[in-house]
Amino acid sequence: MVPRFWRKIKYRYEILTSFCENCGNHYYPQREICPKCRREGVLKEEKVCDYGKVLSYTVVNGRTIALVEFDNGAKMLAEVCGKVEIGKKVRKAFRKYGEDGDFGIIYYGTKFIPIEEQN
Amino acid sequence: MIGIVSYGTYIPKFRIRVEEIARMWNEDSNAIKQGLGVSEKSVPDIDEDTATMSVEASREAISRAKIDPKKIEAIFVGSESHPYAVKPTATIVGEALGVGNYYFCADLEFACKAATAGIQICFAMVKAGMINYGLSIGSDTAQAKPGDALEYTAAAGAVAVIVGKDPIAEIEATVSYTSDTPDFWRRDLQPYPSHGGRFTGTPAYFRHVISAAKKLMESYGYTAKDFDFAVFHQPNAKFPQRVASMLGFSEEKIADGMLVRAIGNTYSASSLMGLCGILDKAQPGQRILLVSFGSGAGSDAFAIRVTDKILEYPRNAKVWDKAKNCVYIDYGLYLKHRRMIK
Ligand SMILES: [Zn+2]
Repeated sequence: MVPRFWRKIKYRYEILTSFCENCGNHYYPQREICPKCRREGVLKEEKVCDYGKVLSYTVVNGRTIALVEFDNGAKMLAEVCGKVEIGKKVRKAFRKYGEDGDFGIIYYGTKFIPIEEQN
Repeated sequence: MIGIVSYGTYIPKFRIRVEEIARMWNEDSNAIKQGLGVSEKSVPDIDEDTATMSVEASREAISRAKIDPKKIEAIFVGSESHPYAVKPTATIVGEALGVGNYYFCADLEFACKAATAGIQICFAMVKAGMINYGLSIGSDTAQAKPGDALEYTAAAGAVAVIVGKDPIAEIEATVSYTSDTPDFWRRDLQPYPSHGGRFTGTPAYFRHVISAAKKLMESYGYTAKDFDFAVFHQPNAKFPQRVASMLGFSEEKIADGMLVRAIGNTYSASSLMGLCGILDKAQPGQRILLVSFGSGAGSDAFAIRVTDKILEYPRNAKVWDKAKNCVYIDYGLYLKHRRMIK
């Protein structure tokens, strides 16, 4: 459990996408090769901006999981804290994902907050 | 010139009113509000803690100053509610900010004054040429035993201060006053702190805050008149009001920093949250007296002078606006948010 989480820290704490210098597309999660350009693609790691837009969402066990699209076109599935609607702007936030019982480690990562609820 | 290059704040959006807590314990809410000068307090969301609030406040500080995170070469997190008993909060913050791996780092603990101690350490490291920028954070999700007097004020919030050269507010001088005074403590493995009741006043808060402030003024030749603003640690609204008048400061000079009225006592973030409330409106040339207090006990006093650089520094969203932008919850939700029921 611990090593598996540790390897993901970089991608959970910050949203990193693959940017293809050949076709100009951004991909999340990161890719080894560009799905469009294949061998011609030149991929580079790039941080997304702090804001995105909700494309769709669903509520699972009281948690709102949304498909968020960033300005650069990359999309990601993530939890949104608070009320959400399709088309709503959201801001990335650093939150707790959960903890491994009373003795285990605490998991952190990126979630989203609807913009007018931002403080 | 060394001082504050940037600052960021985070206040969770939830609030609980004094009335709502008093209702649970059949207490007179008007008498409590009168006695404390506090009407509500901030409450973190269920997935927020000292580490998450530290990251949020720090990200604001970094983006406002447009500093490359890699140039932050020291991170100190002051708190009395670190998520782990053993494992630093500051490494979580460093990773989330992307500062790289070559940085000085430690969690600090000195009740509510750990973050001003962190500012002193960063100041000294910048002055010694060891680092370009140092980040000191005060962050707490204060826990109080249900029914204890502290339950009305124990709040949550974080402040991040970046110290470096070419500041928006120069740290002209700083002194500390420290003694072994057991006014407030929490033993290992205990969930809630204990306190010495009335003992927390005269021998603890007042003695340390006044001694540090007077020493700063004596050593560096200031009088109360030299300061346009003053901000003190805020366990409630009454203590800083009284200490201000004892030191010769009018109500107007402390008003902008009295965040405690709106959000309660944010512990390690308390005096710094007040400082940010003042920095949000201060003009070049104005001087601020900052005095923290940490139980156990000690006070750090600072003379801070605002520079011309503040004119081009982005100061929105302002701390008072963040304090006012909130959602009220009842006692049941409060217990859930504070994880007292699971
Ligand atoms: Zn491509």
